[in-house]
Amino acid sequence: MFSELHVAVMGAVFNLNHPAHVIEWHFIKLSVANVVVIGLMLAVFALAILAPFPGAASRNAARRSGDGR
Amino acid sequence: MSAPPTQPPVSARPGSWTGRVREAAVGALPPEKLLPEGQPTYVASWIYVFGVASLASLAVIIGSGTILALKGPAWWHFTGVGHFFNSVHLWAVELFFFVMVVHLWGKYWMAAWRGGRARVWVTGAVTFLVAVPCALTGYVSQQNFDAQWISTQAKDAMNGTGIGAFFNLTNFGQMYSYHVLLLPVAVIALVVAHVLLVRRHGVVPPLPLEKR
Repeated sequence: MFSELHVAVMGAVFNLNHPAHVIEWHFIKLSVANVVVIGLMLAVFALAILAPFPGAASRNAARRSGDGR
Repeated sequence: MSAPPTQPPVSARPGSWTGRVREAAVGALPPEKLLPEGQPTYVASWIYVFGVASLASLAVIIGSGTILALKGPAWWHFTGVGHFFNSVHLWAVELFFFVMVVHLWGKYWMAAWRGGRARVWVTGAVTFLVAVPCALTGYVSQQNFDAQWISTQAKDAMNGTGIGAFFNLTNFGQMYSYHVLLLPVAVIALVVAHVLLVRRHGVVPPLPLEKR
């Protein structure tokens, strides 16, 4: 169980004791927290497409040599 | 000396409904298709890791949610272990949506409905749509001021769509039933159907290269 000190330290990282910060652009109104999450999702999606999958090189080599499935 | 026992005649079609269901199930998903030992090389992609991560986070959601339902609101609000499982449940849901949407985006741009896989795509997309109210009913099932605030703010939007007469956000019992039974059963059924359809039709192959 957390002590009061732990709670105070963790609470100090992000001060949530205020209304949410929002970003407004024409009719679009998003909280900063949601914009950050959407940005992270786009970044992770780009990485998922572009980052090589472990073992991809050996699989491609096997496929080129006619051994692949 | 008696005659040897004879085998019963083999009919072309089983007489009982259990036999017919078995034959239909095995015909649609033979064991080697249901539990294959390998996949084509193009399945080695991060996009499918996000699909499996969606399944893993759903398992954590169901597990932590079951514990929360067993222990009740006083436990999840006023004890340290209750806080822990409450947080595990919340963050598993956040992770579920994060990884599910990345998987969904990837499959959209792969045109995963090609080759007779429309039902695979539709079950996945509808799972996302059903999971949204499944999660949002959790916000109004917390039994605290946050739940009261959210339900009173959101009820007008629901009433504006005309469904407020039978979907009342200020009715805790109704929202809790939707959150812990009706919508989770729908999500799990859709996910099971999605995975079985992937097994039946196979993972969609890459888009063909354009000839220039």
